[in-house]
Amino acid sequence: MRNYKEKIIQILLTSLAFASLFFLIGIVFILVKESIPIISEINFLEFLFGKEWYPSRQPPQLGIFPLITASLLVTAGALSICIPLGVGAALYINELAGIKQKKILKPLIEILAGIPSIVYGFFGMLIAAPFIQKIFNIPTGLCALTASVMLGIMAIPTVTSISEDALSSVPKSFKEASYALGANRIQTLFKVIIPAAASGISTSIILGASRIVGETMTVLMVSGGAAVVAKSFFVPVRPMTSTIAAEMGEAAVGSPHYHALFAIGLILFLITLIFNAGAEHISKKYRIKLGLGR
Amino acid sequence: MSAENIIRIQAENVNFYYGRHKALKNINLDFYNNKVTSFIGPSGCGKSTFIRLLNKMNDLVADTKTEGNIWLDGENILHDKADAVKIRRKVGMVFQKPNPFAKTIFQNVSYGLEINGEKNKKIISDKVEESLKKAALWNEVKDRLADNALKLSGGQQQRLCIARCLAVEPEVILFDEPCASLDPISTNKIEELILELKKQYTIVIVTHNMQQAARVSDWTAFMYLGELIEFASTDKIFTVPKEKKTEEYLSGKFG
Ligand SMILES: Nc1ncnc2c1ncn2[C@@H]1O[C@H](COP(=O)(O)OP(=O)(O)O)[C@@H](O)[C@H]1O
Ligand SMILES: [Mg+2]
Repeated sequence: MRNYKEKIIQILLTSLAFASLFFLIGIVFILVKESIPIISEINFLEFLFGKEWYPSRQPPQLGIFPLITASLLVTAGALSICIPLGVGAALYINELAGIKQKKILKPLIEILAGIPSIVYGFFGMLIAAPFIQKIFNIPTGLCALTASVMLGIMAIPTVTSISEDALSSVPKSFKEASYALGANRIQTLFKVIIPAAASGISTSIILGASRIVGETMTVLMVSGGAAVVAKSFFVPVRPMTSTIAAEMGEAAVGSPHYHALFAIGLILFLITLIFNAGAEHISKKYRIKLGLGR
Repeated sequence: MSAENIIRIQAENVNFYYGRHKALKNINLDFYNNKVTSFIGPSGCGKSTFIRLLNKMNDLVADTKTEGNIWLDGENILHDKADAVKIRRKVGMVFQKPNPFAKTIFQNVSYGLEINGEKNKKIISDKVEESLKKAALWNEVKDRLADNALKLSGGQQQRLCIARCLAVEPEVILFDEPCASLDPISTNKIEELILELKKQYTIVIVTHNMQQAARVSDWTAFMYLGELIEFASTDKIFTVPKEKKTEEYLSGKFG
């Protein structure tokens, strides 16, 4: 009887596991299948490096270079905000905050990670954008800078939380060894703790970047939406994700525009896949390096 | 007068608390120059707590309180204003579990020199070699100084930790159960090393192993439940212990 029950549970769990695998493969399959026709429509290099994105023209102009540069620009901007702030917060929580502060701060930061992106978008639109417009005296606050700021803030919890995990998994014995040799706190932090946690900190940055690249809603709301190659942070841009979100509804199924949007999705998928694989690889190496098992 | 009677460290009425728990009770003890003093006693009796006061390592533990004086070269190192960094350079420490950094063998030894501000590459590499030689490790690692130290065996790692400690030229070295995680051959090597080092350094060693105390030390302190029960020359304490508790411990009645 018991054996029978166990069998059923086993079959159930196995089929659930395979179902999710099946869905994943299905998604990737459709993504690839719907992207491929774009290659027959236009030259692949023209697709990647074309500077004109006018999908509704006749014939449509489907160069995604402005979209890629917008994504890169916004990501770079956001990283330059979330790396110092996120890693800095992790260092503070790990090294300077007392036990009591740490007990409050760490969960608080993790809760921040759960704020829906529409909230960031809303905040960006109503508060950050007008503010940025005013200080820099630019025609519109909905621009690459505002998107960078909002995405940067949004990625801080990811970076902080994972960096702090990395810092606190540095064996206490390393710290003791350093202090016992007459090192002070700063020397111990920069020469022992940070190097030992470096791979974990890099992982946190990559995962943060992966979140930034894939983020859609906030970007859609605050980046301004202009599909031209951006020459500065102060102009409206249209990153890859928001392009898909904004245009998928209006693209005729099977049209070149439709396939182009799928191809953009595929590129995004590959970018985040590379980021995540990189993060996984680094953190594995790190565990081995610190002798924390495989 | 021989060096026999030169007192290097003097502990006076030392009490220590972890929160409300009193871990050391009125300890009075002298350490002699160029001698090995060992601490024995059952687990949890306060041996580590006491020797960690000698290089201010307990400062790193939150919610503790210290009373009394420990004099080193005319300075009370328990005083709030005592410079921990300076004292730790003078009083080195080797821990129970070998704890080399996840750096190369060379960098492990050069670390202490670099934090002391030494920039001259030649001086650093000479000092690294000298320290590794003193720690009886040079021959085993001289061709692989760039390897990660964590690749070494446990015994080699512990000798690397000793070399790392020697590089900053301490005058006193504390060993907290340095052989606890080592095999007998490695243990033997470390013991020989301690006997060699004592010519130049004042040594304090905590050990679980009474034979080890008998083999390496000149003076032995027996602690029990936070108290120093007996302190005498190793010969005396092992042959004619004064206290009943000491005798019971040495004869294996508890521990
Ligand atoms: N960090 C700490 N916090 C609280 N209590 C501690 C701490 N370290 C040691 N103790 C307590 O202090 C006593 C002495 O410990 P310790 O000095 O490590 O003993 P030994 O080295 O002789 O085994 C024990 O009761 C132990 O539980
Ligand atoms: Mg101990």
